[in-house]
Amino acid sequence: MSDQAISSVEAGKAGEVRAAPKGIMLAWYRFKKSLATPDPYLMVFGIFLWLGTYYLLTEGWKVPRFEKIPGPVEVITEFFSRDPIWGTSLFTEDFHTNVYVSCQRILISFGLATGLGVPLGLFMGWSRKFKDYAFPILETLRPIPILAWVPLAIVMFSGFETPIIFLATLASFFVTTLNTLLGVESIDESYFRAAGCLGSKKHHVFWHVVVPGAMPFVFTGLQISIGVAWFSLVAAEMISGDFGLGYMIMDSYMVNKYVSMVMAMISLGFVGWITSAMVRWAGNRMMQWRVKALALEGR
Amino acid sequence: MARKQTSTKSKASSGGKPNGTTVADKTSGKSGLELSNVCKGYGDEWAREEVLIDLSLSILPGELTAVVGPSGCGKSALVNLIAGFELPDSGEILIDGSPVTGPGKDRLVVFQESALVPWQTAYQNVVFGPKLRRDMSPAQIKEEADKLFETVGLVEFKDKYPLQLSGGMQRRAELARAMINQPKLMIMDEPFRGLDAMSRELMQEFFLRLFEKNRRTNLFVTSEIEEAIFLADRLVVLSNKPAHVRKVIDIKLERPRDFHMLSSTQAYEYKREAMEILHEEALKGFKSTDSQSDFVEAFSTQND
Repeated sequence: MSDQAISSVEAGKAGEVRAAPKGIMLAWYRFKKSLATPDPYLMVFGIFLWLGTYYLLTEGWKVPRFEKIPGPVEVITEFFSRDPIWGTSLFTEDFHTNVYVSCQRILISFGLATGLGVPLGLFMGWSRKFKDYAFPILETLRPIPILAWVPLAIVMFSGFETPIIFLATLASFFVTTLNTLLGVESIDESYFRAAGCLGSKKHHVFWHVVVPGAMPFVFTGLQISIGVAWFSLVAAEMISGDFGLGYMIMDSYMVNKYVSMVMAMISLGFVGWITSAMVRWAGNRMMQWRVKALALEGR
Repeated sequence: MARKQTSTKSKASSGGKPNGTTVADKTSGKSGLELSNVCKGYGDEWAREEVLIDLSLSILPGELTAVVGPSGCGKSALVNLIAGFELPDSGEILIDGSPVTGPGKDRLVVFQESALVPWQTAYQNVVFGPKLRRDMSPAQIKEEADKLFETVGLVEFKDKYPLQLSGGMQRRAELARAMINQPKLMIMDEPFRGLDAMSRELMQEFFLRLFEKNRRTNLFVTSEIEEAIFLADRLVVLSNKPAHVRKVIDIKLERPRDFHMLSSTQAYEYKREAMEILHEEALKGFKSTDSQSDFVEAFSTQND
């Protein structure tokens, strides 16, 4: 497949008109093209610079205050070890369970928060009356830090699962709702007017102007909200948890398994990155008009 | 000529009596519009700003009425009222004898900045109105839309998103979106503002051909006097804020028009006449701010 892609790239260079590549072929074409720019090399260099500094501080020079931190060699070896010294690696079941449990919780909380927050924000932006009812309470609850909700959540819900999901949902719900509301309010008045001129009823305006018009803000909001969901999830798991990456960090810390602790942190970084990328991807899929317009500006 | 009579009537803005007789259209699908003693202001009672005061104006069926006025005189407020986005504080706006109570597809606005929705392709934008209202069959919609894309010369671009089109193309797509609804009245609110000089001229010519072919009643608001003279049957000159009609000039350049006519003595006369009023009104605008009185004095002596 890659050979085909290369040959098609060459065909393009020869100036022949050809069909636009799709899917993996397109990704491969982009990748080939990017090799001609400094970007990928700088990225690789950046990663090595970072890792090098980390190595020298911890394992190389053993700088005071850093010597207790597990270095990159130790962490990576342990991570990929089939027989880990501290009992947790990429191949052990408890690691899988922790990642799986956290991801599942995020999926539920983020799904709930989006399912509730987006419609709520849209309705508040669309109907003045609805906003008058809902906004003051939302604005009062929103600034309460998510950690302040922890005791209440534990009192209110039984077990480990529900309080954690409640906390993660709550945090990301506020972000999503507010961003959606701002999204509706950012829509240019002339679109409403044009729709009115063309004889739209109120529900037409909602589906054809309010919903698509708010989308860019909604997806910006969702990217922030999935980050917030991870943040509060981990906080909740650290305080009251049985499984999950947050629990793994706290548990490893308690029993002085610092290597496992750093592994959990790194895993969080990667998983969080992947979930954000998924949200971004979904956004781009839904807003082709925006992607195409930005592409014209070279972005 | 009935036309002339109306214009002399609305010229006398101080009298401000309504015309009474509604301009019933002889040609179907073309309507007249009648504004009598329209007032509109904004702001709280203690900081009220009148924008339109006692504005009376009639727009005759099948004619292109251009409205010019000093910048910030309330031209956009006028458009908003006629389109029905806002209601007048007092006075009456009648289209074919019935009052305007809200926006409707009989009065379509082509906006200053493009109001094509960016999340729909040019084609989806154009068919948006009829598709929602379901007053045309899908086949009919498609046929009409294809014809219009032909007319505005955007056939290859119909599946592009508005942001992928140039300014001139966006305006043409917007014209198509307005025309597919067969409006009784087209309201153009400085539609070519923001285009570069070249595209602007091309758009003016294109629009003129379109108008001369269909003769659909048109209200064309602009701040460019030459554009107004070039396009209009009647030129309405507004006063400084609060706006009322200062003068209505009948533009008797023959149709079809071309740009050479703008250099004729006749066109020059129209321009001079309109400019004189506009200059006077613009100076009032300066004076009311007071702070620049020195500048105004210098400017007036220089021009005398």
